[in-house]
Amino acid sequence: MARICTLSEAIEENVRGGDSIAMEGFTHLIPYAAGHEIIRQDRKELFLIRMTPDLIYDQLIGVGAARGMKFSWGGNPGVGSLHRFRDAVENQWPRPLEIEEHSHAAMANAYEAGAANLPFAMLRGYIGADLAKVNPNIRSITCPFTGEVLAAVPSIRPDVSIIHAQRADRKGNVLIEGISGVQKEAVLAAKRSIVTVEAIVDELNPPSPNAVVLPTWAVSSVVHVPGGAFPSYAHGYYPRSNAFYIAWDKIARDRDSFTAWIKEHVRDGKPEDFARHVGKRSARAA
Amino acid sequence: MSIEFTPTEMMTIAAARALTNDDVCFVGIGAPSAACNVARLTHAPDITLIYESGTIGTKPDVLPLSIGDGELCDTALCTVSVPEMFRYWLQGGRITTGFLGGAQIDRFANLNTTVVGDYDKPKVRLPGGGGAPEIASNCGQIYITMALNKRGFVDHLDFITSMGHGEGGDHRARLGMKTKGPTRVITDLCIFEPDPATKELTVVSIHPGVSRATIEENCGWPVRFAETVAETPVPTTAEISVLRDINARTKKAHEAA
Repeated sequence: MARICTLSEAIEENVRGGDSIAMEGFTHLIPYAAGHEIIRQDRKELFLIRMTPDLIYDQLIGVGAARGMKFSWGGNPGVGSLHRFRDAVENQWPRPLEIEEHSHAAMANAYEAGAANLPFAMLRGYIGADLAKVNPNIRSITCPFTGEVLAAVPSIRPDVSIIHAQRADRKGNVLIEGISGVQKEAVLAAKRSIVTVEAIVDELNPPSPNAVVLPTWAVSSVVHVPGGAFPSYAHGYYPRSNAFYIAWDKIARDRDSFTAWIKEHVRDGKPEDFARHVGKRSARAA
Repeated sequence: MSIEFTPTEMMTIAAARALTNDDVCFVGIGAPSAACNVARLTHAPDITLIYESGTIGTKPDVLPLSIGDGELCDTALCTVSVPEMFRYWLQGGRITTGFLGGAQIDRFANLNTTVVGDYDKPKVRLPGGGGAPEIASNCGQIYITMALNKRGFVDHLDFITSMGHGEGGDHRARLGMKTKGPTRVITDLCIFEPDPATKELTVVSIHPGVSRATIEENCGWPVRFAETVAETPVPTTAEISVLRDINARTKKAHEAA
């Protein structure tokens, strides 16, 4: 059974210094409020896992919380660079960052393998691609039936996975709608998991028997954090703030303006601050 | 009556024309996304557009800033998980055409979006490959669109993020790939296609008003021209107005707070 608690309690109980941590959400439902709480609780030496590091890991890297990162696309979508990530890789600021770089297909397969309790994932991938030359975790396996050589990567088994979702019921069953990314796989692959949600309701009422539902007994903690995915979005609740993603480029480009932003909005902030982003419903959302 | 148009508009429209109603297209963000949606809104209304966030058959009214904007999900036939997208739909061989952009390209249409300089000590760390390595190998064919300049069209890539024709010739086949790889590269000055034998990119069509010298000056390798080089037809009034309308709607939507 998931424990329904505050964000501060959930991070305190589930995220430890040195953990490997996956905070997923493919553009949609990125758990920003949880990322900020990790910074406030000053967790260090984290090994970050995420397909698209996005601004959430730009922030964790920029404050020096990460020793390494496994990822497959490290940009600000449609805008350009993640400047804190680049500064860490190019100039080791504020500390060196060990990187393990994959393709999206390999990361998605590796999460699925983790959820399936397998040691590795295989795919028809990386053919002619140089990543296989620089990442020793990209290997190959020969099909015992056909002899075809396929790419193999270790499964992803995070110490803790954190996602954001639309709703949970009072028992802690979780409903995810819209672009569901690799969130289900990330939670099922992890030892511990936290789900922040827009709303906690009496009845989950899944819209279809095929809806993406994580049963309460598959989740460690559920936390009510309205707006907790801002500046990404929650389908049916609020749209992506493309304007903030564009603005982040300038904030993060400079070390001092980044640090000032983190102080004002993260260190001096609280989870309830995210609620002000709710209410701007996207035109076609339910 | 002649229409005024910019080189970027010509590029997007020439790229859009490459697509057909029958295509199932895996769409990269940026220039490819604009081209694919102009195709859908002009001559290819039944084209299936797929974005790697899992949205299948999407019909966005404004161009997405990210690969997973809500607009894509709201207007899709269905939305699947990301593992399903890459395993069943892409690796499963269901995609006829992948449409990619890139930071750098070489004469065999290999792409680099990973690093400039040494991988371990990069001069410039770029975002990386994302879906591109497997899009490049698993789609039936690949179209690439990017502006032609010396920064992008380089003699030597520091890193091959996604393989085009490798070292040329039958390199793809030697690695066991059964797909065609890049079949067209659409730029703001001209259109390249790989030579049937060597696979070296060769200019097959030049946009109106562009000289061979301009193309040569903007490319990082000695450019080959096909025996017969066509002139790209100018954009039609309908093409230009669809492109400008979607760009205007997009700008307005992205600037909203």
